[in-house]
Amino acid sequence: MENMINLTIDGVQVSVPAGSTVLDAARKANVHIPTLCYLKDVNEIGACRVCVVDVGGRALQAACVYPVSEGMVVKTNTPAVRRARKVVVELLLSIHDRKCLSCPRNNNCELQDLCRDLGIEDDNHFAGEVIEHKIDDASPCVVRDNNKCVLCRRCVSACHKQQNVGVIGAVKRGFGTSIESPWGLQLAQTGCVGCGQCIVACPVGALREKDGIKAVDKLLESGKHVFVQPAPAVRAALGEEFGLPMGTPVTGKMVAALRRLGFEKVFDTDFGADLTILEEATELVQRIQNKGVLPMITSCSPGWVKYCETYNSDFIPNLSSCKSPHEMLGAVIKSYYAEKAGLDPKQMAVVSVMPCTAKKYEARRPELSNNGLPDVDEVITTRELARMIRSAGIDFANLPDEDFDRVLGESTGGAVIFGATGGVMEAALRYAYEAITGQELKQVEFHEVRGLQGVKEAIIDLGSLKLNVAVAHGTANAQKLLDSVRSGEKHYEFIEIMCCPGGCVTGGGQPIVKSSKRAAVNVSAERAKALYSEDEGKPRRKSQENEELKVLYSEYLGEIGGHRAHHLLHTTYTARDPYEQIK
Amino acid sequence: MPDTNEKFELLNQAIEELKDQPGALMPVMQRAQNIFGCVSLDVQKLIAEKLGVTLSEVYGVATFYSQFKLKPAGKYTISVCLGTACYVKGSQKVLDRLSEELNIPVGDTTDDGLFTLQATRCLGACGLAPVMTVNDEVYGGLTPDDIPGILEKYRELEM
Repeated sequence: MENMINLTIDGVQVSVPAGSTVLDAARKANVHIPTLCYLKDVNEIGACRVCVVDVGGRALQAACVYPVSEGMVVKTNTPAVRRARKVVVELLLSIHDRKCLSCPRNNNCELQDLCRDLGIEDDNHFAGEVIEHKIDDASPCVVRDNNKCVLCRRCVSACHKQQNVGVIGAVKRGFGTSIESPWGLQLAQTGCVGCGQCIVACPVGALREKDGIKAVDKLLESGKHVFVQPAPAVRAALGEEFGLPMGTPVTGKMVAALRRLGFEKVFDTDFGADLTILEEATELVQRIQNKGVLPMITSCSPGWVKYCETYNSDFIPNLSSCKSPHEMLGAVIKSYYAEKAGLDPKQMAVVSVMPCTAKKYEARRPELSNNGLPDVDEVITTRELARMIRSAGIDFANLPDEDFDRVLGESTGGAVIFGATGGVMEAALRYAYEAITGQELKQVEFHEVRGLQGVKEAIIDLGSLKLNVAVAHGTANAQKLLDSVRSGEKHYEFIEIMCCPGGCVTGGGQPIVKSSKRAAVNVSAERAKALYSEDEGKPRRKSQENEELKVLYSEYLGEIGGHRAHHLLHTTYTARDPYEQIK
Repeated sequence: MPDTNEKFELLNQAIEELKDQPGALMPVMQRAQNIFGCVSLDVQKLIAEKLGVTLSEVYGVATFYSQFKLKPAGKYTISVCLGTACYVKGSQKVLDRLSEELNIPVGDTTDDGLFTLQATRCLGACGLAPVMTVNDEVYGGLTPDDIPGILEKYRELEM
């Protein structure tokens, strides 16, 4: 039996486990305490003082870090408490760039919410000196505007604790404090992996993705044939931007919206995911049979790939040589489809809609091209797609469901689940089982690789072969896994790593969920449900059952993992120094 | 004076000695500053790697505490007194003029490594206010227009 502590919050009796904070207890008592720097499990440092409460002592205490004690009497809304919170927010506003109307977080900003809830009457109450910060927009993924930073350090914690990257931190002190990279570097000059977890952690508009909408508009006006492909995870979250409940799959409406935005064909990255499975699982089987480098590690996540190249370059030979699904599909659109449709690849452009900011960087990697043409021309995030839909005046919630264009639009359940951590592993196992045993896989669900545990392990029985597999999400978890392999403590044949915690459904390009909601619901699990339910509803759930894919191989690619497939669908990696650009 | 390799050897020894104690970062950085006179990029990189912390953390600490220097001090350290008497007699204007002439902010060192500019508290020479020192030499009764001539004197010494 857990040791329970009894306390009173605003007259409500509540009992919580020892070690809980006043904020935890208040949530249990249904008492709302406003917060700003607090982000559950990520940033719990009591820095901003917005959540101050009266616990009976002389000074007000920060509820997010103050531990409960037996018989404690907490008052969360006395006039003194309310005045104190107001002063904290007014001080923040005094150095905040308050151009809300043109801010990417307008109407989705935790500082705006506080101003409304606390009744801020003068947004320039403490007028005084303001430091003008230069906007850092050199990175292809993330833009930092410190004029809007509230110094909450949520991004810093996300970068250090969740991702183990740590290329940003607090610099200087007092009034001069800012969050930036060491030695005055731009983010692009550091070992930033571009994951964008800092963006989804930010309560305000200090961090945003590098804009891709203008480039897409340009393509749409260029007279080129512009093709679009959305990633699996986009359909699991896009609905949230239009008021639909979290976890609502919106595949049909998404396709309809993309068509209305003027794209010539709407193909499906899920087709590319099925293609990835065939190539990647075949590579795994070959590595096992030919005693190649093991464990093989997935390469779908560009943030993870860059993390590996930068911080664990000794594992580069372990990375699957497969391009990621949207890059594969881009390469196929500009070769196979071009031939089939009689189009000049130079007159074609591919736009990917991704849950990811690192994909913006990935698309610019010079090796991800064919005959001098990039496989993918431009990447926009789920959030940017939502912006395009809104500005086009499309009534998303009332769109009819439409289907993807053929002949690169079919997909199986195996592809759909790519967006959740463990999904690529599960899809690969659905293929590898049949490829290795020669028998039909009856039970297609591998529950041991699902779920949100940081590192998952399983031993999969493939007849003569017992396959040791592991799955990690969030590069901090990945680092622990790699360390255990490096030290010889663990042995696996196959590892799936996704850069972002929860996998792509909670990628850095996904709709931003406010701190209060993140504390109440498990966003990764809710969005993953949308994908697993879509998988269950699919008539075909194994990548090898994709009929259009079979045609692609028989008409064009030839053998799986064969010469042409290798030329178009596989790539190489480069070891990188995180601070190579510092003099 | 030990050469650079010997200095790094001393730093490595200091890290070995301190790395297992909790909160080793600051003591290691203090030792590094004693050895090198500053915590430069190479020094910070080594400390980060050896202690298993990020360069961001090391740089954050180095810029939080004004006692840590990122660059070695210049050959001549100019200290302008901002104590009450000197301040009242206009030492801020003297300091501003130095910053302008040297083209560096207070606390920084010129790129040629010649001058470091800093502000200090009372030097105990209030009768001479406003006062500044250049290494051990004291200058009193200053006006901003005295500055170019004084700097020129030290530059000429280097010719």
